[in-house]
Formats: sequence, C-alpha cells, structure tokens
Amino acid sequence: MRAFAGTSQLLRLILKRDRGRLLSWILALAGIPIVTANAFIELYATETARSELIATFGSNPAYSALLGPIYGSTIGALTVWRIGVIGSVLIGLMAVLLVIRNTRDEEESGRRELLGATVVGRHAPLTAALVVVMAAGLNIGLLITVGLAALGLEFGGALGYGAGVGTTSAVFAAVGGIAAQLTNGGGAARGVGVGALGLAFILRAAGDAMEIEALGWLSPIGWFTRLRPFSGERWWVLGLSTAVAAGLGAIAYRLASRRDLGAGVLPVRAGPANAAPGLRGPVALAWRLQRSSLLGWSVGIGLLAALYGTVADDVGEIFGGNPQLAEVLAALGGTDRLTDTFFSFTGGVLALVAGAYSIRTALRLRAEEEGLRAEAVLATSTTRGRWMASHLLFAFLGAAVMMVLAGLVMGATYGAAIDDVAGQMARVLGISIIQLPAIWVLTAATAALYGLAPRATVVAWALLLGFLVLGQLGQILRFPQWLLNLSPFSHVATSTASEISAVPIAVLLGVVIFLTGLSFSAFRRRDLTAA
Amino acid sequence: MSTISVSNLVKSFGHTKALDGLNLAVSTGEVHGFLGPNGSGKTTTIRILLGLLRQDAGTASLLGGDPWEDATELHRRLAYVPGDVSLWPDLSGGEVIDLLGRLRGGLDPKKKERLLDRFDLDPTKKGRTYSKGNRQKVALVAALASNVELLILDEPTGGLDPLMEAEFRMVINEERSAERTVLLSSHVLSEVEALCDRVSIIREGRTIESGTLTQLRHLTRTSIEAEVSGNPSDLHILSGLHALQVDDHRVSFEVDAEHLGAALAQLSQLGVNSLVSHPPTLEELFLRHYRQDSPKS
Repeated sequence: MRAFAGTSQLLRLILKRDRGRLLSWILALAGIPIVTANAFIELYATETARSELIATFGSNPAYSALLGPIYGSTIGALTVWRIGVIGSVLIGLMAVLLVIRNTRDEEESGRRELLGATVVGRHAPLTAALVVVMAAGLNIGLLITVGLAALGLEFGGALGYGAGVGTTSAVFAAVGGIAAQLTNGGGAARGVGVGALGLAFILRAAGDAMEIEALGWLSPIGWFTRLRPFSGERWWVLGLSTAVAAGLGAIAYRLASRRDLGAGVLPVRAGPANAAPGLRGPVALAWRLQRSSLLGWSVGIGLLAALYGTVADDVGEIFGGNPQLAEVLAALGGTDRLTDTFFSFTGGVLALVAGAYSIRTALRLRAEEEGLRAEAVLATSTTRGRWMASHLLFAFLGAAVMMVLAGLVMGATYGAAIDDVAGQMARVLGISIIQLPAIWVLTAATAALYGLAPRATVVAWALLLGFLVLGQLGQILRFPQWLLNLSPFSHVATSTASEISAVPIAVLLGVVIFLTGLSFSAFRRRDLTAA
Repeated sequence: MSTISVSNLVKSFGHTKALDGLNLAVSTGEVHGFLGPNGSGKTTTIRILLGLLRQDAGTASLLGGDPWEDATELHRRLAYVPGDVSLWPDLSGGEVIDLLGRLRGGLDPKKKERLLDRFDLDPTKKGRTYSKGNRQKVALVAALASNVELLILDEPTGGLDPLMEAEFRMVINEERSAERTVLLSSHVLSEVEALCDRVSIIREGRTIESGTLTQLRHLTRTSIEAEVSGNPSDLHILSGLHALQVDDHRVSFEVDAEHLGAALAQLSQLGVNSLVSHPPTLEELFLRHYRQDSPKS
C-alpha cells in the first residue's frame, strides 16, 4: 500500500485546485438532461405527440447516426435518445481532460517531481485523479437520478440514466489514465484520449446507423444507449462497463509502474542536429507546432463527415410514415430539400467541432506565453503582430480546411450513393462552408480575449458550450428568438444555402474583422505575463 | 558610450512593487554584473529592456533606442538567455538553436559547432528530454553563436555543473575580448567576481550600489585571523572591529578598511605568530547590504 501513500492529500489538492472546473462540469452535465426532460414533459405531453416524433425519427438511420436509436415512447426514453449520446461524449471529454490535467500535465510541469520527493507513493497521483473524476461522475449521476425522479419520471429509469452516466465517466477516466502513461507530453496525451473518445463516438454512430449491433457494442458510448434507461433497463450492461473500466484502470496502473517519472511508454526519438532550411520564421514554427493537431482533427472530422454523408441518403425515409407531409415537402423542393436540412444540421455539428479546434489552436498563443516560449521568440526580431498572426493563421485557415474537407467528404459519400458525386460535392460544400463566418466569430473572440484579458481565455470555451446548448437545445427548450440569435451559428443555420442572405454573413465577417483587429492592438499594448 | 541606461524605473504588478526607482548604466564593451537576491527585480528589469514589459515610470534606453518602441530593430543586435529556459517539447536542441538564430537574423555555423563541442551538448535530443542545465546550454549556444553587440544573460549558469561553469567563464572572457557588451544577472557571487568589470547591486527594486569591484570592496571589511603571543582580549577597545572572536591566543575579526592600519599595529604589538587575511568576497559584501538595508529589522 506504500505506492498509494499521500493519495488523500493529493485528493484535497485537486479538489482545491479544480473546484471551479469540477463544479461547472457537474452542474452543466447534470443540468442538460434535467432541463431537456422538463421541456419534453410540456412538448410531448400526449402519447400522440410522442408517437409522431418517433414515427418521424425513430427508424431513420441518418438520425440514428446523430443521436442513437429510440428505444421507448416515454418522456424518459425520448430524453435518453435526444441527449444521452451528446451527454456521454461530454462526460467522456470531462473525464479524459481532468485525469490528464492532474497526472501528465503535473508531471510535465515538474510539479509532480516536487511531490514525488515527499511522502507520495508512485500510484498516488493517478489514484487521486481517477477518484476525483469518478466521484464527479457519480455526483452527476446522482443529480440526474434525483432530478429526473423529481420531475415525476419513473425511478428505475432515472437510476439507470444516472448509473450509466457514472460508469461512462469511469471508463473514460481510465482511458485518460492510460493516455497519460503513453506519451510524455500533456498535449499528446489529450490527443490520444480525445481520439479514443472520437473513435467510440464514430463506432457507435456507424453501428446505430447501419444497424450493425456489434459495432455499437464495441463503443463505451454505445453501452449507455444499450443500457436502455426508461425502456426496460438492462442492468447487466452496467456490469460490462464497470468491468471494462476496472480492466482499463488496471492497464493504466500497470503502465505507470513500468515507466520512469517524466517518461512515456512510447519512446522519444532523436531529432535532427540542425534545423531544416525551411524552419526560419514564426509561421514555419507555428506550422511545426500545429501540424500534427491539424492532421488529427482533420482525420476525425473527415471520418464523421463520411459517416454523415453515407447515411444522408436515408433521410428521405423520414416521411415514409407520413405521405401527405412528404408531398408537401416534395412540392417545396423534394429530397434535395430534405438533405439540405440534414446537411445543414450535420454541418452545424461539424462546425462546432471545427470551432473547438479553432479555439484550441488560437489558445496556443496563451500556452506559448505561459510556457515562456513566446518570450524567446519575441526577444528576437520577430514583432508581436507577426508572432500572433502566425498562430491565428492556423486557427482561421485550419477551421476553413476542416469545413471544406467536411463538405467535400459528405458530398462525395452522399453523391456516391445517388450517382452524382461532382454535383453533390459542390452542393454540400456550399452548405458546409457557409458555417465558416460563425466559426470565425469564435476564433476572433478567442483572440480578442487573449489580447485583452489573457487570464480569462477560458471564456472562449464557455462561449462554445453556450452556442452548442443554444443550437442543440434552444428550440426544444423554446428559448426566445433573441436569445437564439446570440449564437452566430443561428445566422448560418437556415435550411438551405440559397436562403442565406448576404447581410448576416457580412455582419458576422464584420464582427470577425473587428475582434481580430482589437486583439492585435490590445496584444501590442500589453505586458507579457510571466508564468 | 553607454549601451544600457536606465533611470528611476518603476514597475508594479498589482499591489507588488517590483521596481522602485531602479538605476542601471552599462557602458559599451564591459561585462556588467547585475546582482541581487531572488525577487529583487533583476528579471523584471531585463524584461523591460527587452520590450516584453512596459515600465510605469522612469526611462530606459538600450543600444541608443527605446526598448518598447524599437523592440524589433534592437533585438537584431542583441541575444538573450532567460533564467528559466523553456523549449518546445518536440523540437530538437539543434533546431531551436538554428531557429532562434534565424529569427534574430542569422548565426555563425562554425561558432555554433565550436560551442556545442565546448559545452558538450547533444543537439539531437528533443526539448522535453533535456535537463535544466542542458536547456540552459541550448539557450546559451543559441545566444553566443550569433555575433551580436549585446548579450543579456539572466542567471545563465543556474543549472550548469562546475566544469561547464568554468567553460562558460572562458567563453564570456572571449566575448569580452571581442568587445561585446554583456549584462550578466546573477546571484552567484563568485561568477560575477570572476567575470565582471563593474557591478550593480539591487535589492527590493532599487539599486543600492554600483561601481567597479575595487570601488565596492573599498566600502567593506577585511577578515583577519591571527595567532599572537600576547593576550588579545584588549582588542575589543579598537574601533571599526566586528565579529571579534578570541580563543586563547587565536583571534579572528573583521575590520573596516579605514581602521585596518590601527588594527594591524595593535596586533603586531602582541607578537604575531601567524596571520591570514582575505579581502571581502562579494558574498560578505552582499550579506552586509542585505542586513543593513532591511528597512525594519
């Protein structure tokens, strides 16, 4: 047990350091299903309203890919369908990020070494991080159970929902624990952990869309829907996820005891003794620092886009159960109209992913400044403006690359299904890149925060989360239009490209230019912060 | 000719006053020691000189320009080694050296090879795998391999072993011969003693002493240890004597420079069997300032 000495002190340290973060995650992740269920109680009060919803979306592969299958017709079951998968992804994200932050990041910064010399056992940091994250997951699960039960939903289902959320957090905490052992940098560990999460999402989506059950069972996110809260809970699924969490946790400990402090399981290769001739300016340096992240995110977005494109052909089936409505819509533009809506929706989802990439990339500025590496560059003849521009270039253009890629891939895969590759690529590309001005508002807001208030850059993530909630839940929750309009994405999310008028686009681009300009002038004026 | 001239510099961070009227003058071609305890404002001064921070009050001029307004032009003519060297985890040491050199406007490849050799640095390792000392060597090689007018070194030897420290001193002496100006911030006193032409001592954001080592030593005391035949217990009546210790016939004390003659005369009357005297080290000089200038102690 000596390897675990000091765990409780570390627990307290993490709780003190991360209390704000933990509280925000817990409230947000517990709140989303509760407010959704609350809205559904009003919206789908009658059995008829619910069966209409199910007839529209229930067996449609395209929406199965996005949200998962519908297993029941109660309010609870519909809540699970609408928000369960997104919630699981966010819980997984929380678990992976928090575990890596409190293990590998600490080690990389050298703070772990400071602790390692005191009475802290070799497994104490990993244990403390896992315990905190699992406790957070448990709290979220508990709040959800209590909240849903308080709304009058069936208790068994509420318990299933909460327990499913708890075990999902445990599985991804263990995934984060493994990722933290593999690489010796926090950034790379996050790449591995979030990559695993993305893979789980895509496996689930593919399995649900193509009705290949085995694929869904490969994914911890699939387990949550397969637990079927509110639809005849299959409690044994909890046993499966608990066992897998324990197994993955054991692997993490195994890896941790085999490696040296500071080292990863994966070896570090030697680099060149001299820099390549091209490595000569701030842009070349930024490319060098950003390229692997750009590649990883592009691959993820490409896979997701391919999946959406593949299932888009089935969108027409939505109205299979409702011929009159199908006729009305056909008169308005037919299948194209339906797929327009679908691609506009998926484009919005992909745009949020690209937005997350863009924020992260822009915040590289902050990481470089805090890590004192900006100082080394700015003490050379590089101007502040050029240095800042070098990273923002990737934040802006990287998002564009992703949305172009997403449009082309969705168009090509959909086009392949209906024998019109070139035409669909052009059409879907248009729907996809129309999102760019909205993404760039996020990028520019991040830059402005960095220039004006570098300690408040976390607000950029809050904006993204806020826009996600407005876009995904705003209409369900019947938010007033002015509130929905606060999200730049609402101005580019009309159902067809042709309906987009130039005015909102021009306004968004104006905001982008203003905020970006502001960020440069503010950064040129301010002190560099020491870490 | 003055390369750096700073007067009445003031800089606050929130409620903390990092600099409180600091003065610093570095003439062209000299190696200037910038001495002070941790947290005394050395790094803040350097960061203002590099245009990374802007002063609240006072003036600073560097190589004839304004450190904030003319930052980029000035940076072509200087190289900087931070006290806390942080490298990009995935770039090799060699890549960082070349990159920083190029960003500054070029570096001398032959000199770089020589320095890598002298500092025994493997340039193929990735940034994240270097120890503190080796990270410092990367920054030193990058700075020294570019032939600039001014070197700004912020506690550059903190992580170096004694062998490498000796090498560092030789290199700096060569730079001095090449008439480069060096601002060397340090709290390693022996280093400053061995390298610097002039020294500025700062404490709590203020310059408390500035001059050549000889001038500063003049202000301070000589340590004497002696063994005498007579009884030394009467020595305490002499003025200017400090830390007097008498142990039978052995005696040790410190004496102010102006009372040294009188003390020696008194000693020789007692019959000196052996005598060791040494000039004050900067250590002592420093400790004295540290004690005397503590405002409330």
